[in-house]
Amino acid sequence: MVQLALPKNSRVQKGRHHPAPAGAAKVKTFKVYRYDPETSENPRWDTYDVDVDACGPMVLDVLIHIKNTMDPTLAFRRSCREGVCGSCAMNVGGRNTLACTHGHAETPGADCQISPLPSMPVLKDLIPDLSHFYAQYASIEPWLHTTSPEPQREWLQSPEDREKIDGLYECILCACCTTSCPSYWWNGEKYLGPATLLHAYRWLIDSRDEATGDRLDALEDPFKLYRCHTIMNCAQVCPKGLNPAKAIAEVKKMLADRVV
Amino acid sequence: MIDADRPLSPHVQVWRWHLTMFTSIAHRASGAGLYAGALILAGWAVALASGSAVYDSYRHLMGSPLGKVVLFLLTLGVFYHLANGIRHLVWDSGRGLDIKSANFSAVVAIAFAIVATLVIWGIAITTGAV
Repeated sequence: MVQLALPKNSRVQKGRHHPAPAGAAKVKTFKVYRYDPETSENPRWDTYDVDVDACGPMVLDVLIHIKNTMDPTLAFRRSCREGVCGSCAMNVGGRNTLACTHGHAETPGADCQISPLPSMPVLKDLIPDLSHFYAQYASIEPWLHTTSPEPQREWLQSPEDREKIDGLYECILCACCTTSCPSYWWNGEKYLGPATLLHAYRWLIDSRDEATGDRLDALEDPFKLYRCHTIMNCAQVCPKGLNPAKAIAEVKKMLADRVV
Repeated sequence: MIDADRPLSPHVQVWRWHLTMFTSIAHRASGAGLYAGALILAGWAVALASGSAVYDSYRHLMGSPLGKVVLFLLTLGVFYHLANGIRHLVWDSGRGLDIKSANFSAVVAIAFAIVATLVIWGIAITTGAV
């Protein structure tokens, strides 16, 4: 259901200000979403005046700099710092991205606002609860289904068939696309969302998979698939340059092709 | 994703809109507006069938400045919904879904709606219809 306003316990209050250290040469203000589950307080926007000459160029560099030198209580996920693991997905300047591959100077405006992936339950600060997202991914059974007798060696695939999963297998499940989607904001309980549907298509067009019919049956539902209204936010923000909207359109085509 | 114990992270409050996001919500809004437009059109037919007195007051109402604004917006809604509907048809064939094409077709749909509306109203004004 469309609910434009945030619930009462989620409205973001004005927070604390952390001034720049004395002698900072180039100061930029970062407005960061904070939520402490150990208090009953609402989330708040804390501002940090960061000496950007003292840290690296990426948003993740800034966050690590804040945690190391200004405020050790700041919580966020990170791991590979090179756009491979998907841990540091968050909303920067109003767009979902990976903090590690997004330069803070790329965001327009003098300040830079950082909040968790949108419309998700927040565990702490920039850390959303992704349990439902992972459960939806698991629901499409993202592994090879076969009924033929197992071959002596591996399941073979021609180079042409292998090419069909290019632009799909690269997904790192960072959830940037799914949490960018207004349809998912309003119907995330039942709509599978762009990332899961991209993976659904990845198995549908895999020449080795033998459960195409069952997979399509599972998606033929007013909510799971058809809440995609081609808003395209998913493709606009994907940090890997993939196109879930296109994959969803291909699934819709496969379903239409079955009946005509 | 509501979880009573945990706050919901901000979504539309923080989002910096994309052009394709705008065209999508505008399609929904113009579609809803056209429902109202269909009623206005039906009202015209009813007024026409109800004799000259009723028809005169209908014309008076739609000829008022407010009536003209409503008709102008309806014209805009018709042309936008038409252009963007064609865009959706193309998308349904699996074409034009890369970001560059989608952004470009968004501009085309908006530009078509504005130009076509101005042309229709230009014709209406120069021929003395409004």
